Amino acid sequence: MSDWNFLAVIGRVFLAFLEQTGRLCLFTWRAVINIPLPPIFVRAIGAQMMRIGYFSLPVVGMTAFFTGGVLALQIYIGGSRFNAEQIVPQIVQLGITRELGPVLAGLMVAGRVSAAIAAEIGTMRVTEQIDALSTLSTNPYKYLIAPRLIAAVVTLPLLVLVADIIGIMGGFIVATQSLGFNASAYIQNTMTFLEVGDVTSGLWKAAVFGFIIALMGCYNGFYSRGGAQGVGAATTNAVVTASILILAANYLMTSLLFSF
Amino acid sequence: MATPKIEVNDIYKAFGPKKVLNGTTLSVDTGKSLVIIGGSGTGKSVMLKCILGILRPDKGSIKIDGQEVTRLGQGDREQVMRKFGMLFQGAALFDSLQVWENVAFGLIQGQKMPRRQARDIAIENLAKVGLGPEVGDLSPAELSGGMQKRVGLARAIATQPEIIFFDEPTTGLDPIMADVINDLIVKCVKELGATALSITHDMASARKIADEIAMIYKGRIIWRGPAQTIDTSGNDMVDQFIHGRAEGPIRMEVLKP
Repeated sequence: MSDWNFLAVIGRVFLAFLEQTGRLCLFTWRAVINIPLPPIFVRAIGAQMMRIGYFSLPVVGMTAFFTGGVLALQIYIGGSRFNAEQIVPQIVQLGITRELGPVLAGLMVAGRVSAAIAAEIGTMRVTEQIDALSTLSTNPYKYLIAPRLIAAVVTLPLLVLVADIIGIMGGFIVATQSLGFNASAYIQNTMTFLEVGDVTSGLWKAAVFGFIIALMGCYNGFYSRGGAQGVGAATTNAVVTASILILAANYLMTSLLFSF
Repeated sequence: MATPKIEVNDIYKAFGPKKVLNGTTLSVDTGKSLVIIGGSGTGKSVMLKCILGILRPDKGSIKIDGQEVTRLGQGDREQVMRKFGMLFQGAALFDSLQVWENVAFGLIQGQKMPRRQARDIAIENLAKVGLGPEVGDLSPAELSGGMQKRVGLARAIATQPEIIFFDEPTTGLDPIMADVINDLIVKCVKELGATALSITHDMASARKIADEIAMIYKGRIIWRGPAQTIDTSGNDMVDQFIHGRAEGPIRMEVLKP
C-alpha cells in the first residue's frame, strides 16, 4: 500500500509541475501578445521605467563598484603568484562586462523589483483590484503586465551599461589607489583590450534578465491566493524563480553567444 | 415579452471536486433591482463573477441583452463590459492612484476621455455620493471603510453603466453607514435607470434596495419573489435565513465537537 502512495506522490508532483509549466507558458503568451496591441499605456510604462530602472541605480551602482574593486584585489593577489599582476585591468574589464555586470545587476534587480512587482500585483489580486480592472473595460495584461515587461526589458541593459562603467571604475580606483597602478596606463590597457562584443553580449543578457525579472514578478503575483500569506509566498517565489532562471539563462546565453 | 437584461440559464461551475453552481437559473428585467441572498459559500460571488466574465462557467448560458457572453473573445468582452459597473465587497480601489483617478478610471482608460474632462466628471460623481472635491486628491488608503465604499460606488456609476452589480455593499460597515450606502445605492440606481444585481446576507440592506429577492442555496435559486413578500414566503429555508436561526432545514457545514 505504501508503495502505491509513494507512486501517487510522484504522480501528483509531476502533474503539479506540468500544470505550473502550462500556466506559465499561457501567461507568458498572453502577456507578450498584449505588448504590441493597442491601447499602449505610455504613462504606466514611464512610471515603471522610473521604478525598475532609475530607482535601482543606487543598488546596482554600489554592487558594481564593490565587485570591480574586489575583482582588482583578487586578480592582483592571484596574478602575483605567477608574475601576472599587470593583467588586472584586462581581467576586470572582461569579468565585469561579460559576466559580473549583467549577472549581479540582474540578481540585485531581481531581489528588488521581482519582489516588489509580485507583492503589488499579488495584493491587487487578493483585494479584487485585478477583477475591478476588467469591470472597468481594462485588460489587466495590457495595463499591469505589459508595461512592467517593456520597462524591465528596456531599462535592464541601461542599468548594466552603468554597472559596467562603475564596475570598471571600482577596479580602477582600487588598482590606482592601493595597488600602485599608473592611472593612464590602466585606462590605456582597459581600452585597448575592450571589444564591442564584450559589452553587447552583456547587454543582450541584461534584456533577457529584465524579461525574466518582470515576468516572474507578474506571474507569481497574478496567481497569488489567500491573503497576506499567499502574497508573501508569491514574493518569495518570484525572487527565487527569477534568480534561478537568470543564472540558468546566463549559462545558456553565454554558451550561445560565444559559440559563434 | 421583452428580452431580460440579464439571463442566466442553467450554469454549472466546479472548483476541483467542489461543485459551487449547480444549474443556477435567473433573469433580471431592465431597470429592476434583484437582490440575491444566501449564506457564505453558497455560490453568490461565483455566480456574479461568471456573469462578469471573471470566471468562465463549466456549462450553461449567460445572456446580456440577449447576447451570449460565455464564449466571447477579449475585444467583444471589453465591449460588453462597458455596460457594467461594479461595487466590490472591499471597494477594490486602486491604491496606487488618487481617489479622483479611481473614479475616472473607466472614463480615462476605457473610454479614452481627456484627463481634465474626466476629472470634472469624477468630482461630480463624488458629489453624488456625498463627498467633497477635496477628497479627490487623497489616496484611497487615507479613507475610512465607509468612504472607500462611497468612492467605489462613485467609480461604479461614473461610466453611466446600464447594469450595476453590488457585492455585499454593506459588509463591514456600521449600521448607520450601511443605511447611508443603501440610500445612495437606491438613489444612484434610480437616477441612472440602471438594472441592479446585488448579493448580500444583510437583510436590512436587501429589503431596502430590492424590487425582488431571490435566495440561493447550494448553487441553485430556491426561492424568488417580490421584496415585500419575503416575510410570507412560506419557504422554511428563507424563513430560517431571514430570522438568522442556527436550527432549521439549512445545515451549516461546521465541525461538531
